Amino acid sequence: MSSWCLRSLRGRSPWNWPVSEPTSGYWVIVVSLLGAMILAVLPLDRGLAWWRPEWILLVLVYWTIALPHRVGMFTAMVIGLGVDVLEGAPLGQNMLALTVVVTLARLMYQRLRVFSLGQQATVVFLLAGLHQLITLWLQGLQGIGAAGFSFLLPALTSALLWPLLMPALRGLRRGYHVN
Amino acid sequence: MLGAFLIAALLAADLRYSGLATFRSVVDTALTPVYWIADIPRSLGAWQDRTIRSRSRLLEDNDRLRRENLILQGRSQQLASLQADNARLRALLNSTALLRDDVLVTEIIGVSPDPVRHQLVLDKGAEAEVYGGQPLIDANGLVGQVIEVSSTTSRVLLITDPTHSVPVQINRNGVRAVAEGVGSLDQLAIHHIAATTDIQPGDLLVTSGLGGRFPIGYPVAVVAAVERNPGEAFARITATPTAALDRIRHVLLVFAEPAGPESVELARE
Repeated sequence: MSSWCLRSLRGRSPWNWPVSEPTSGYWVIVVSLLGAMILAVLPLDRGLAWWRPEWILLVLVYWTIALPHRVGMFTAMVIGLGVDVLEGAPLGQNMLALTVVVTLARLMYQRLRVFSLGQQATVVFLLAGLHQLITLWLQGLQGIGAAGFSFLLPALTSALLWPLLMPALRGLRRGYHVN
Repeated sequence: MLGAFLIAALLAADLRYSGLATFRSVVDTALTPVYWIADIPRSLGAWQDRTIRSRSRLLEDNDRLRRENLILQGRSQQLASLQADNARLRALLNSTALLRDDVLVTEIIGVSPDPVRHQLVLDKGAEAEVYGGQPLIDANGLVGQVIEVSSTTSRVLLITDPTHSVPVQINRNGVRAVAEGVGSLDQLAIHHIAATTDIQPGDLLVTSGLGGRFPIGYPVAVVAAVERNPGEAFARITATPTAALDRIRHVLLVFAEPAGPESVELARE
């Protein structure tokens, strides 16, 4: 009874903010993010590289929606810093883009959870597109960047990949009882 | 909000100053396993290519290499005397001698995942005495320069990156120019060459050694097209890099001797 009161005092619905449950399976999140990093630097042909989905963004957005009390802006900043170093981009480029995307995903995670896969994919397209746009602006500071709309290609492949990746990550989360 | 300001400050700091280089190289060292794992499929392919080969192909390779070796040996017979000649003449002219540079063979273990950044990751770092600004060549010409060194890997900016320029001269007549990357792996642009300058398609551009970053005399590119428009002060010139930038796996790091008074004395001995 008392824990229920505590929850309602905090103004959170009990099913998305477990107060008393201990952390478990945290390593699954870390491993999935590392896997996304490896996929993100996997050597691809120059032509194909333009189509590379934003693996890290997809995995981060999934964990933000699924476990907003575990993964959020801080995770996005740390991972973004790593991606900046891996890409050889100025420190802060992916940090900013990923933090903005994760903040937006966090603001609407309750709505995203009840969306169908197709609707989620549309939102992912918008989020990845925003990520690419921020990246393009920051690359512009250095005098480089993609020509035309080719910078949106990764957003398209990311959105197409979401209906496959989301159930896979959900299976991982349920299988290893990550919370 | 505070986070956004922090990130903006970090971005500005990294774009304007180089103080974060140590921090970056520490993070890079920590993230090296990511590149190792990502490189596994390619190294497996290379291993399979090396171990599983047909006999006829091996014999064919052997024949070809023998022929190449014979030709190269024939060409290098006079090299020793020519080198001595060159050093003597340069000493007479009071100019510095051209020294042979030491090289270190390295392997490419990664490329920047961002297609607008032409960067490579090498498997040698500070432990092999790689230093920032070090030139990199392959069998055919200049590849780029080291921009960042971590303990076991280093990062290379290719000559075709839009932020890279290299001072060159035309091998035929010594006209100086600057070859700039345009973001395409098979193209360099040469700006600010007067329309009346003697430059034509097929000219070889070699490093001029000006600027002190690259040693003199390494081939960089071959002029592909020269477009002279009477309405413009400068010719539009594009060139093709001689190095096989999209196909290389092994490259050479050049340990260039700084050209100074000591090298003149060496040449006189």
